Amino acid sequence: MLAKRIIPCLDCDLQVPNGRVVKGVEFKQIRYAGDPVELATRYYEDGADEIVFLDITASHERRETMTHVIEATTENVFVPICVGGGIRKPEDYVKMLKAGADKCSTNTAAIKNPDLINEASELVGSQACVVAIDAKRRYIDSPRESDERFIIEVDDGYCWYECSIYGGREFTGIDAINWAMECQERGAGEILLTSMDRDGTKEGYDIPLTRTMSQNLDIPVIASGGVGRPEHIYEAFTNGMADAALAASIFHFNEYPVPVVKEYLRSMGVPVRI
Amino acid sequence: MIAIIDYGSGNLRSISNAFRRIGADALVTSSSKTMDEADAIVLPGVGAFGSAMEKLEESRETILENIGEGKPFLGICLGLQVLLDESQESPGVRGLGLVPGRVLRIPPGNKVPHMGWNQLIIKRDSQLLDGVDDEYFYFVHSYHAEPEGDVVSATTDYGIEMTAVIEKDNIHATQFHPEKSGEAGLDILRNFTGIIKA
Repeated sequence: MLAKRIIPCLDCDLQVPNGRVVKGVEFKQIRYAGDPVELATRYYEDGADEIVFLDITASHERRETMTHVIEATTENVFVPICVGGGIRKPEDYVKMLKAGADKCSTNTAAIKNPDLINEASELVGSQACVVAIDAKRRYIDSPRESDERFIIEVDDGYCWYECSIYGGREFTGIDAINWAMECQERGAGEILLTSMDRDGTKEGYDIPLTRTMSQNLDIPVIASGGVGRPEHIYEAFTNGMADAALAASIFHFNEYPVPVVKEYLRSMGVPVRI
Repeated sequence: MIAIIDYGSGNLRSISNAFRRIGADALVTSSSKTMDEADAIVLPGVGAFGSAMEKLEESRETILENIGEGKPFLGICLGLQVLLDESQESPGVRGLGLVPGRVLRIPPGNKVPHMGWNQLIIKRDSQLLDGVDDEYFYFVHSYHAEPEGDVVSATTDYGIEMTAVIEKDNIHATQFHPEKSGEAGLDILRNFTGIIKA
């Protein structure tokens, strides 16, 4: 049976030589967490199923630094690597794949230019094209209020989910579930779904969001944003129907190392690779 | 020396890094001369069947000759699928035809691609799979191979039982990516280098 994947995420600030891993809270406050290559290697040795590098600075010259980080990492890390941030053109995918990455994730560039997904998936294959969606709850009074949006019942009412771009700084009016379905149609191989409401809170993933997304897609969904305890990951895999779970700070600050999370999941009957 | 065939497709750095990690001498190349001189040939690959065959056209004869002479060969992912006659992914395109059979779309019911870590169901003794028990390997594919004859050494369960490892004489091929499958994957590559030396 296919195992559920545990994916540590490294948010990288590349303004310093060799980069450094940072962690934000609700897309804002920043804490320093370590060296990207060292952390990735540690997670590999701990049994991470995949590793995501997110360039939170994402300017043109810093992409060179990311290329070096990927090259150095893949000398010793033999699990899939995904790179996000600053991926704007099909050539960017090729460049990162040449450096040793297996997948590239794009958010803002895909919303601004959806054809990028078609072009990139034709060029490097769907399996390498991850679309990241940063989704924010928008509460409404009545479930009948909307036309084409996905209205979801949550514990404190009804809401739809709006896609955000530029690292949470701008909102688009686009419904996250509809957008994900379009991405799948255009050739995306996977959706990296972050709840902006939960990110950094340690209150758990947004389960209604994750579940609705997974039910409406044929491609894998990675749950992201809000994990504080292994139980949250269990929730994402069971009620949330996620295929993979992404987490940052619980791993960086050694609150729950990867083996601890996996042992817990296995004891709860979730198939994981140990 | 192991020749890793570069036909402009996919992540070749990972496979050469993996061989370097286990102490094997591997070279990424598109030169027929280097392939002829090599002790073994590795055909990696991601992307579509049709475009891969198009890019492989130049190396086609060299690959067939070397395999025909008995040189150990390892195909990975799409490098397994192109061994067959044809694929639903690219109708009308001729594969290498070294293993009779077809490549079919993974049927609906499960998410496609089959992406992630899965275990093997061992079908017969195989030096390539020596030591493999309940380890997980990394798969990512939307099509699966249905070869004819007794060539499947292992399968994997994804709703249906799909081909995971094909072996026929000196031809070895894995649907999963040993270079992305952690230590269990590196062990498969070690086993392959053992086959080369044997």
